[in-house]
Amino acid sequence: MIPELGHYALVLALALGLIQSIVPIVGAATRDAGLMRLASSTAVMQFLFVALSFAALTVCYVTSDFSVLNVFENSHSMMPLIYKMSSVWGNHEGSMLLWVLILALFGALVALFGANLPATLKAHVLAVQSWIACAFYLFILLTSNPFARQAQAPFEGRDLNPILQDPGLAIHPPLLYIGYVGFSIAFSFAIAALLEGRIDAAWARWVRPWTLMAWMFLTLGIAMGSYWAYYTLGWGGFWFWDPVENASFMPWLTGTALLHSAVVMEKRNSLKIWTILLAILTFSLSLIGTFLVRSGVLTSVHSFASDPTRGVFILIILVLFIGGSLALFAWRGPMLKQGGLFAPISREGALVFNNLFLTTACLTVFVGTLYPLALEGLTGAKISVGAPFFNMTFGPLFVALMCVMPFGPLLAWKRGDLYGVAQRLMAAFGIGLVAIAATFAIEGGQSVLAPFGVGVAFFVMAGALVDLVERTALFRAPLATVRTRAIGLPRSVWGTAVAHFGIAVTLLGIIGAATWGTERILTLKPTQTVTLSGYEFTFDGLTQQAGPNYQAQVGKFTVRRGGAVIGVMEPSKRAFAARSMTTNEAALLTRGSGQLYLSLGDSEPSGAIAIRLYYKPLVMLIWLGAVIMMLGGGLSLSDRRLRVGAPKPATKSAAKTTLQPAE
Amino acid sequence: MNRPMNPPINRPMRRLAIVALLAALLSPSAALAVQPDEILKDPALETRARNLSQELRCMVCQNQSIDDSEASLARDLRLLVRERLTQGDSDSEVLKFLVDRYGAFVLLKPPLELNTLLLWSVAPVVLLCGIGALVVMARRRKTVSVAEAALSGDEQRRLAGMTKPGE
Repeated sequence: MIPELGHYALVLALALGLIQSIVPIVGAATRDAGLMRLASSTAVMQFLFVALSFAALTVCYVTSDFSVLNVFENSHSMMPLIYKMSSVWGNHEGSMLLWVLILALFGALVALFGANLPATLKAHVLAVQSWIACAFYLFILLTSNPFARQAQAPFEGRDLNPILQDPGLAIHPPLLYIGYVGFSIAFSFAIAALLEGRIDAAWARWVRPWTLMAWMFLTLGIAMGSYWAYYTLGWGGFWFWDPVENASFMPWLTGTALLHSAVVMEKRNSLKIWTILLAILTFSLSLIGTFLVRSGVLTSVHSFASDPTRGVFILIILVLFIGGSLALFAWRGPMLKQGGLFAPISREGALVFNNLFLTTACLTVFVGTLYPLALEGLTGAKISVGAPFFNMTFGPLFVALMCVMPFGPLLAWKRGDLYGVAQRLMAAFGIGLVAIAATFAIEGGQSVLAPFGVGVAFFVMAGALVDLVERTALFRAPLATVRTRAIGLPRSVWGTAVAHFGIAVTLLGIIGAATWGTERILTLKPTQTVTLSGYEFTFDGLTQQAGPNYQAQVGKFTVRRGGAVIGVMEPSKRAFAARSMTTNEAALLTRGSGQLYLSLGDSEPSGAIAIRLYYKPLVMLIWLGAVIMMLGGGLSLSDRRLRVGAPKPATKSAAKTTLQPAE
Repeated sequence: MNRPMNPPINRPMRRLAIVALLAALLSPSAALAVQPDEILKDPALETRARNLSQELRCMVCQNQSIDDSEASLARDLRLLVRERLTQGDSDSEVLKFLVDRYGAFVLLKPPLELNTLLLWSVAPVVLLCGIGALVVMARRRKTVSVAEAALSGDEQRRLAGMTKPGE
């Protein structure tokens, strides 16, 4: 009964979605306020029905209803509750349901909190949201029904893929999807603007918080995925340029560009067409990202859904939405009036530079990810494009971007003074040089690139602080003045500084882990000790432990430094009987910003075991930087100007009426 | 107090059996990528082997280098790389040997050839075009704004009139 209820709720959501796709547009064309308002009601109702459907599937999972095929294939009665819940989206069908749930939620939020939007814009936005939703409802109902039953309910399920039974991966997909789907709002606004043929600063003011929110979640989602891969895959890498990773990274790159170009649009009414195009591209890449992973076109390390029969449907959706929106853009885009002019050396110019480099970087990733597929499809020739290619092409672009980053926020709008800004950055530049020299001295000339990279990272960090120091008059004014000034600063200024600081922290972490990491691969017998970078690891032995739905082989290692015990590391291997799969659970010991990393290999009957041992200095900074970036986004999001929304002309007319009471 | 079912003497044996069983279960998927027995005695050669391994694809895996992969083919290739290195091959000779044997598919960084021209050139070309377009636009805007900024003869006369004191 419950699965059927969930299925039916989804069908009803589709019916509502179809109404919402058409009626508001008719309403906007005929200026019928009633028809336009209908969209708000259907958006909220759509959300309620999708939520009902999602709840139904969750109930099936929690109660281990194995008569539902999807539950049977991805769950196990002995699994802990958290993984029963996360199993809901740990498979193709359920993850699509999560996708539409988030989409419907955002649609409802626009409906509920979009009171100050112009009526036609709101109607158009909600209609476009509903087009997307309908495509996904149809996809789920026709090709990926999560509620399908089987005649004979088996006693036990096949278990969730063991590598997904991990807290990090339990919340990784929702974070990522909030990011992907959040960009759909920017997309809907862009299409609505094209349909209406007009766009202004208020538009950007509406789009920017949504983009910022989506970007924050995507940042956290990617960082989480990276950390998961780092501790799960057992060899301590944090970014593999895997197609699945690239699929989430591409919307992040264009989304970051969109964030910056929307600022120009909001403040200076410029770069309109470009901002619209970026909004379209970002969501298109989100769609491609969702489907690349889901369709199994790129089966890769952690792709867990592969069903090529859905490919055609997916292709149709992609062609309709991406092709359709780009065609609409080509047709209507030129009609949008271009706004304020600016000199090449200006804040706007710097943001254009940022956009150019971010989109080129994204293009590099895009081409590198899809080129092998296209080449094989067209000519049959097989080539591989992997990490070495991306490091070589993406790296320089991003470093160039970082070098210019500190200049942007210091340049004035319209016409900036590059020489003046360079002078203000002298201190930051000096700090960068000192960092280069110090790194070079400490590591004794092992590599040239690493000290340079450290210099760039410190330059960016110091550069981000320069703006804050100047604006709060730190070191110049009494502390009380500094405090009032700091509080008075717009939150978006803080946000910019913090986010820029964060990316430099990430860069530092990447350099540290990639350049100065040490490792040892060896076989240890019990009571034997091995030393790595000054840490001594003593192997105390292996034990067997039973988990809820797995058997674990746990190694115990005592870690000492200078004779004193600093911790115990217990890496393990878990054998999941239901899928006859094993997972490798590395043990991590955090030392400052670095980590000791230990993972198990094969054990011998004698009790000896092969281990992989790493010391990764600064590695935690990679993810700390991402969290700092996210905090920067949050600060910017809390800016009063964004919350207030578009300035209302109502105050003027109100003033008028009060001044003319005699009329 | 007789418990024949679980005599203490049997316990280690049993544990061993479980370990062996687990080891058998685990070995295909949870083995380490680079095995301890593969490592060369000469650290310089080993470093070169590791660096080369990161450039080479495990052909039966999805997007994994042989340095990361646990597949047996990857192990064979790692051993092969080390064998060639100990026989005195240079890095490029090792790569050439493998490409001759397995095709360009084995390289994670494809060489610049006719069919990879687009792959390598698209980003630099787009970047240069973008910069070019910006420069052209900036030039055009400058001429427009200069033309707008210049005062007409009439305006200059009025300005002169305004700035002359005492008139």
